[in-house]
Amino acid sequence: MIEMLQSGFMQRAFLAGVMVAYLAGFFGVFVVQRGLSFLGNGLAHAAFGGVALGILLDREPLWIAVPFTVAVSLGIVWLTERTRLGADTSIGIFFAVSMALGIIFLSQTERFTTDAFAYLFGSILAVRWSDIYAAGALVLLSVAVWRWWGHWAYATFDRELAQSDHVPCLRGDYLLAVSIAVTIVVSMKLVGITLIAAFLVIPAATARLLAVTFRAMTVISICIGVASVLLGLVFSWEYDLPSGPCVILTQAAVFTLAFAWKSLRSG
Amino acid sequence: MTVMAVETEGLEVRLGRHVALEGIGFRLPENGFLAILGPNGAGKSTLIKVLLGLQTPHAGSVRVFGHPAGRGPTREVGYIPQIKTLDRQFPALPLELVVSGIRGSWPWRIRREEREQAMEALTIAGMDRKLGTPLGQLSGGELQRVYLARSFVRRPRLLLLDEPATGMDALGEADMYRLLEGYRSHHKATIIMITHDWDVARHHSSHVLLLNRRQIGFGEAQEVLVGEALRQAYGHVGHAHPMTVQDSSRD
Ligand SMILES: Nc1ncnc2c1ncn2[C@@H]1O[C@H](COP(=O)(O)OP(=O)(O)O)[C@@H](O)[C@H]1O
Ligand SMILES: [Mg+2]
Repeated sequence: MIEMLQSGFMQRAFLAGVMVAYLAGFFGVFVVQRGLSFLGNGLAHAAFGGVALGILLDREPLWIAVPFTVAVSLGIVWLTERTRLGADTSIGIFFAVSMALGIIFLSQTERFTTDAFAYLFGSILAVRWSDIYAAGALVLLSVAVWRWWGHWAYATFDRELAQSDHVPCLRGDYLLAVSIAVTIVVSMKLVGITLIAAFLVIPAATARLLAVTFRAMTVISICIGVASVLLGLVFSWEYDLPSGPCVILTQAAVFTLAFAWKSLRSG
Repeated sequence: MTVMAVETEGLEVRLGRHVALEGIGFRLPENGFLAILGPNGAGKSTLIKVLLGLQTPHAGSVRVFGHPAGRGPTREVGYIPQIKTLDRQFPALPLELVVSGIRGSWPWRIRREEREQAMEALTIAGMDRKLGTPLGQLSGGELQRVYLARSFVRRPRLLLLDEPATGMDALGEADMYRLLEGYRSHHKATIIMITHDWDVARHHSSHVLLLNRRQIGFGEAQEVLVGEALRQAYGHVGHAHPMTVQDSSRD
């Protein structure tokens, strides 16, 4: 235990973990309530395209993946807004194109296996200070745009009602998509690209089982997210397992407990 | 000169390639009570969205208290959407929905004066009980009362209601019309309501708009709700339903 807390990379993992868990818990409630889990999946695969480009160009993948994923998120909202295609179709198109580009980029480089494995499934060893700065910047940003919680919640409840009150719903959609995109990119080293959609969804879905108000759902989602990441990282350290699956399985265990508790109480 | 609450002229709305409304032109004076009638798909909800400024017309003009639709003072218009559009999965309590009407945003923390205002409106609407019940578990009639409270608390000059009688029992419905009439006379407010009930239109409204994509009639209920116009509105080309029209216009 002491050894774990003294190790530098574990300190970084905990620091980054708490921040990305907060972000995932906060934005996850909108993902769950608006039915956007496919968006999470699509953006995670877009992030893969960005990471692959970073590896190919021999740059820190984070700095390529952030603009790449943000551009894709803007493209998805734009295409959904401008055409009669459903969001799932726009996401599907961008998803496939980013994946295809990512695979082509990786096929051009030798250093595929080691780096890519960490990005796909998460690794506590991979977290650098740059990841912590990026996550910290996004946490600050999410606090700065706090008043958007009320706009997003209102538009999630009833978009037309919010629009009739002059809530800028479309601007809100862009801001939310960009925030989710950056959350995904800063979470990918710990959680892994393959599991990020679940990482965004499970704490919020658990909170949805327990909460009567959207505010309570947001608070519970953040708390469950942070607790699961801390526990999951300890398991990852103890048993020398990839961090992503450890975090997700911890979240799933919390979900199961909440579900059982809820069923017992109402049945 | 009487102030006009709503003035439209040559209004045409297209949704994609579908012409949802055309040739809509009417003038509703302030403090009027307009019932909008027409079959399903007639464009009634679309017209309400145009009045709210949510749907931009393809041609023609719409003015609400002299302003282009959706450009007037923020709290001037109150809107009660169709209950069936409610997302019952959204975790919320009645008080929060009412306070969202005061704030124009979803409340994180409800301030004391907001709570008092909201409670007063909920009491007037007869929904001061069941405050701990999530919206998703309320009946259609109870939800309608919460939405009424939400509208009253904003003190709008114009209140738009999309099929408010859906899911209400007879007593609840009578109660709702009493509340609407009370609000209208007390605040000199204007009310526009979509309904399928011709009797309600006859008894409560000052004006009736009969729609079926085109404007079939506008005026007082006795003038508009007559056999020929109703046949035009509700009868399908080639196979009209004369029985329905006769039965309902007899009483
Ligand atoms: N986004 C849309 N795109 C194309 N057609 C639409 C759209 N929304 C509604 N419609 C069509 O417009 C017509 C009018 O709809 P609406 O105003 O909801 O009718 P009403 O409220 O009178 O039942 C309907 O035939 C409906 O199918
Ligand atoms: Mg309708």
